[in-house]
Amino acid sequence: MIQRTAAVAAGKATAAVSRRFRLGGGTALPGLVAQRIDPDVIRDLSGQLSEGSVIITGTNGKTTTARLLRGIAKEAGLKPVANRAGSNMMRGIAAALVDAAGWSGEIASAERRLGIFEVDEATLPLVAEAVYPRAVVFTNLFRDQLDRYGEVETVAAVWRAAVAGLPAEAAVVLNIDDPSVAALAVVAQGRVLTYGMNADARWCTVCGNELEYSAVMYGHLGHWRCTKCGNTRPEPDVFCGEFQAEANGSRLTLKLPGGLVEANLALTGLYNAYNALAAASGASALDLGRPAIQRGLNAATAGFGRQERMHVGGRGVQIMLAKNPAGLNQVLRTIAANGSNADLAVFLNDSIADGRDVSWIWDVDFELLEGKTRSVTVSGVRAWDMALRLKYAGIDGQGASPNVEPEPAQALKRALNATLEGGTLYVIPTYTAMLEVRDLLARWAGRGAFWEAE
Amino acid sequence: MKGLALRVAHLYPKLMNIYGDRGNILCLQHRSEARGISFEVEGLELGDPLKAKEYDLIFVGGAQDREQRLVAEDLVKVKAKPLGDGVRRNVAVLAVCGGYQLMGRFYRTAEGEELPGACVLDMHTVHPGAEAQRFIGNIVIEWNGTTVVGFENHGGRTFLGDGVQPLGRVVAGFGNNGEDGSEGAVYRNVFGTYLHGALLPKNPKLADHVIETALRRRHKDLRLSEIDDAVEDAAHAAAVRQATRRSIIR
Ligand SMILES: [Zn+2]
Repeated sequence: MIQRTAAVAAGKATAAVSRRFRLGGGTALPGLVAQRIDPDVIRDLSGQLSEGSVIITGTNGKTTTARLLRGIAKEAGLKPVANRAGSNMMRGIAAALVDAAGWSGEIASAERRLGIFEVDEATLPLVAEAVYPRAVVFTNLFRDQLDRYGEVETVAAVWRAAVAGLPAEAAVVLNIDDPSVAALAVVAQGRVLTYGMNADARWCTVCGNELEYSAVMYGHLGHWRCTKCGNTRPEPDVFCGEFQAEANGSRLTLKLPGGLVEANLALTGLYNAYNALAAASGASALDLGRPAIQRGLNAATAGFGRQERMHVGGRGVQIMLAKNPAGLNQVLRTIAANGSNADLAVFLNDSIADGRDVSWIWDVDFELLEGKTRSVTVSGVRAWDMALRLKYAGIDGQGASPNVEPEPAQALKRALNATLEGGTLYVIPTYTAMLEVRDLLARWAGRGAFWEAE
Repeated sequence: MKGLALRVAHLYPKLMNIYGDRGNILCLQHRSEARGISFEVEGLELGDPLKAKEYDLIFVGGAQDREQRLVAEDLVKVKAKPLGDGVRRNVAVLAVCGGYQLMGRFYRTAEGEELPGACVLDMHTVHPGAEAQRFIGNIVIEWNGTTVVGFENHGGRTFLGDGVQPLGRVVAGFGNNGEDGSEGAVYRNVFGTYLHGALLPKNPKLADHVIETALRRRHKDLRLSEIDDAVEDAAHAAAVRQATRRSIIR
């Protein structure tokens, strides 16, 4: 008890200091400090959350899914406690809980507080054990930063063990369109809720564009069947029956156990429809109710750096995070669908959070943008690797080679200059580059630093 | 170079495509076509027979452990013999990462199981156990009076026999086994290396050496013409800087 109080106080003091001196926003350090003093701080504090906790994990989409679920929870009258995007290891969760607690180490019991934690794939077992979740939502499992995690099989095995070890009261929410996620149903002890895209849906009722849809079912996600043993994708409990792409978002009809939810989502791309499905299914497992789900999805804005619009110097800037080939291909499809004169700035870094191996850019279909760019600027520590990849894809700015400027601020200025006034610059950064780029843009646009944005 | 064609067999493109191997194929195509050499590639999967002499170059990339096991079985059962015959007749082979390991005599897994290899290269690979350090990071090797740069990510340690030469000497990184400073292996026209994924695009000299070697079996005195490598050379230089800076800090 005294240990917990000391841990929370030390964590809160650390947060205050790092915010004061702008030391990266204090998203994880306070958690680390609190954990040092009380190793059980996550268990102690999460146990005080009156509405319990939900965990979201997977390779792609966990940040957006968590954000959507947060919106839904607020609409349901709850007060979420959530870790910040990217701070998805134990220390990030500890930091969120420290922030929610008072200086005495108590979380006010009068408020209906729900923990919504996005969790790194490999960290799932630790977090699941510490927070005793009511539900765990799985998005998908892609090959991502193998230099960190070893192999997809390893992550799948870690997940199977974690799911088998969950308490029977915990619901497991699974993307049935991803075979390795769907396989977790077998080991679940408690309730399983599955979600997926519906095969029988009349996809685009307006323009009837089939190709667009087969393109947006991405990576290995879809309606799978093993020709050898007949293992087939089962029918999901929750599904998206209609998906209609629109200029600045999409219209979805979701079928939930209690009935239909129609939502206008301010996010484009089928991968965001999957995120909406994941969030709605998670909300459904927590009994947050269809009205809250609908209002929450409708109220959503694009998340932290994932698909964020800003305005700088008379130009629109759209930031689209690049994490791995499957995710980036979706981003490129979205840009390609928006016309043939795109202004583009690509930032490639190779820190641990970006993936130190940049070979993955050769698995990305940059060819999708061939003939569709007006100006291209490349930057980041690995700018020349990206320039070479784009050369192979036949992408260049106005017939010239891509504009290479490893220094991010200079690159961003050049890219903005190359963009027509009133036009849109697409900025595609890897994770650490995104933090850098967003900070620069926010400063130039007169907005707050990233930890102040909600 | 009209009428010339580079004919490539890509072994197991679906199973062995870990991280950017596609870049190597794109590079062979780009650098051939830039010289007016037409490019043909054929993917051979599990069970497909290999008619090695019908190709100029046989390429095999990397895989995760589960896929590598399937490939190892197929390689020994279906493709090792024609591959060996082809190598003796000077067909060129480029084997990367997991594919490189499979060219040896055997691969001993972390659990101690011995998987037989294709026996094309006089070498063997041992995984010292799940607890051992994995060799991950940027790597630079000295090769043919210049440098080759890339990324390595392997648990297995490869030890060369007397019948092969190393491809190069490690300047920064781990290489074959982290002990003897050797990286990769060369025997006749077979090139094996741990530098995985998109090895060739930013190593244009190595790429041309592989293409020339492959084509000279049928076109004795062939020399590839110069092409514009400004972006390639800049990417190479930047990667060398990055790799050597990192290794000094470490
Ligand atoms: Zn099967």
